[in-house]
Amino acid sequence: MPGRWPPSLLESIVSITTEKIIGTLPDAQGHFGPYGGLFVSETLMEPLEELRVAYERYMQDEDFLRELDEDLANYVGRPSPIYLARRWSEELGGARIYLKREDLNHTGAHKVNNTIGQALLARRMGKTRIIAETGAGQHGVATATVAARLGLECVVYMGAVDIARQEANVYRMRLLGAEVRSVSSGSKTLKDALNEAMRDWVTNVDNTFYIIGTVAGPHPYPAMVRDFQAVIGREAREQMQRQTGRQPDALVACVGGGSNAIGLFYPFLDDREVSIYGVEAAGNGIDTGLHAAPLCAGKPGVLHGNRTYLMEDSDGQIIETHSISAGLDYPGVGPEHAWLKDSGRASYVAVTDDEALQAFHDLTRIEGIIPALESSHALAYAAKLAPEMSRDQAILVNLSGRGDKDMHTVAAREGIEL
Amino acid sequence: MSRLEARFSQLKADGKKALIPFITAGDPTPGITVDLMLELVSAGADVIELGVPFSDPMADGPVIQRASERALEHHVSLRDVIGMVRHFREQDSDTPVVLMGYLNPIEIMGYETFAAEAADAGVDGALVVDIPPEEGGELLDAMSDNGLDQIYLIAPTSTPERIQRICDAAGGFVYYVSVKGVTGASNLDLQAVQRKLQEIRSATDLPVGVGFGIKDAQTAAAVSQLADAVVVGSALVSRVEALAGEPEKIGGALREVLSSMRQAMDAT
Repeated sequence: MPGRWPPSLLESIVSITTEKIIGTLPDAQGHFGPYGGLFVSETLMEPLEELRVAYERYMQDEDFLRELDEDLANYVGRPSPIYLARRWSEELGGARIYLKREDLNHTGAHKVNNTIGQALLARRMGKTRIIAETGAGQHGVATATVAARLGLECVVYMGAVDIARQEANVYRMRLLGAEVRSVSSGSKTLKDALNEAMRDWVTNVDNTFYIIGTVAGPHPYPAMVRDFQAVIGREAREQMQRQTGRQPDALVACVGGGSNAIGLFYPFLDDREVSIYGVEAAGNGIDTGLHAAPLCAGKPGVLHGNRTYLMEDSDGQIIETHSISAGLDYPGVGPEHAWLKDSGRASYVAVTDDEALQAFHDLTRIEGIIPALESSHALAYAAKLAPEMSRDQAILVNLSGRGDKDMHTVAAREGIEL
Repeated sequence: MSRLEARFSQLKADGKKALIPFITAGDPTPGITVDLMLELVSAGADVIELGVPFSDPMADGPVIQRASERALEHHVSLRDVIGMVRHFREQDSDTPVVLMGYLNPIEIMGYETFAAEAADAGVDGALVVDIPPEEGGELLDAMSDNGLDQIYLIAPTSTPERIQRICDAAGGFVYYVSVKGVTGASNLDLQAVQRKLQEIRSATDLPVGVGFGIKDAQTAAAVSQLADAVVVGSALVSRVEALAGEPEKIGGALREVLSSMRQAMDAT
């Protein structure tokens, strides 16, 4: 890294010890240390400023926050429970594993926490048209859902490869009244869908609100999406205290762009006794090069409006990612995760497709819960961690989504035709 | 005096407007690019904008995105593009060359290394689409230390405060994006362009170019009435694409498009 960056950026990587983190990041320009920021073409600068002003205003607006809370309670079904996976923990023989059940949310994943927030914001800003990008289809479905409810026009961009592997979600979005536009440029996956959504936004910026589904993109998206997802961690902190009398020893969440992870981690950042693990997709294995693990095996660079760790080649071209899970198949990661990695506050690890599948089967068979393949990555790492910990310790895993959407992928992988 | 400055002041003295063609370096093959640049100059180009291929060209439309993809099939890197300019300079020491691309290839090369190598090869400036002045300080310093101009975009959405801020950081010329949209978009509104150009001119004495959406000689001529420079990209790159299988015909086709624009601009 040294020599690659301007010196002033290197200096701003802080080594944190006991300082308070919550509420200090990002800075006014959207920087998390050297990461984040606003790297977009000029046409988007003013719309992003308009968004930032609206977001900062409404996050202080009692009427807006009440509306958001009511929707999270009555439409999404929050709070989501914390569940002790007793049999699985016993089988693994170590720490008790608790699951934050985001899979029980309306639409089946954590994504809706954010789309509700952004859609309500869009309505307050007078925007009549919603666009979104989607990988696994969960964010697309969550966006189409709230657009239907608020009566907003909705266009979802999705890579052609992802459309093929997530047919059911494509159909769900269409039922909800959204137009799903297939993207066949580049690698035909999430990153290309994001490029295409950005192009749409540049063109239709007057009436259109772009709901980004993860904690990446230009400022204020990483901060805004985090703030909407942080309800996960706020609830979990209260629930763990109430149900177990203490906070967990470790948090584990999968990281693609990183929204479910930051949502769980953020309210715990100042609880230094809680270890934090973000789990990336190692695909066929980090050493094969066929993976989606920019924090574990990538380098810092600039893509999609922010500086962060990327999967890139030595010329700075973004390279294709590989994961069994469409939702983790992204070459970048939220800039706050990049900062948490460099600062040492969180550790980032990776598990392979095979390990994730094993965890998928184990949780399904032992606990009667079918997890999303994305969340299965977090479960797989928890299964490695638990036996190394003692029985009186606790791991809290974010079960970010349910696995119904993955039936075809898992079956096909195992040679079964549905 | 920089090449860009010299070129614009000569054009002004001659009562002419600048014609700035864009092609993507390495499209459809790396070997043809320098020849195409020379062809463009002889067809009437005053400045050449050379696209640096990038895997994720968010601000470009499908035509220029596919040009990047064709070049990347040959792994054309930023260093290769700088090498092409060096080669071009062996035969043309006067025509300014501006690189246009995205930040990440420059980040990975390092700002200072990029600026020094580009300047040494005879590059005159760079337009980095995804770095606004707010983030651009360090790159701007590296570039001006090496005598390179940073060309900035101004958009229909830019407020007067932003226009001033951009003009204060810009060098060479400023580039007004005539439509909300990506490169190759249509629906150019001349009256709106004219209004915005007045705002820009009150903020800077730099020449003002207009691009995005200039498809034919007629539009080029109309825009040249308002602006100091006309930038044409997708209209040329779509010809490269159509002839990618017969590369020997590309030079002639580009000459045809560009010289018709040149004639129309000079006749008005």
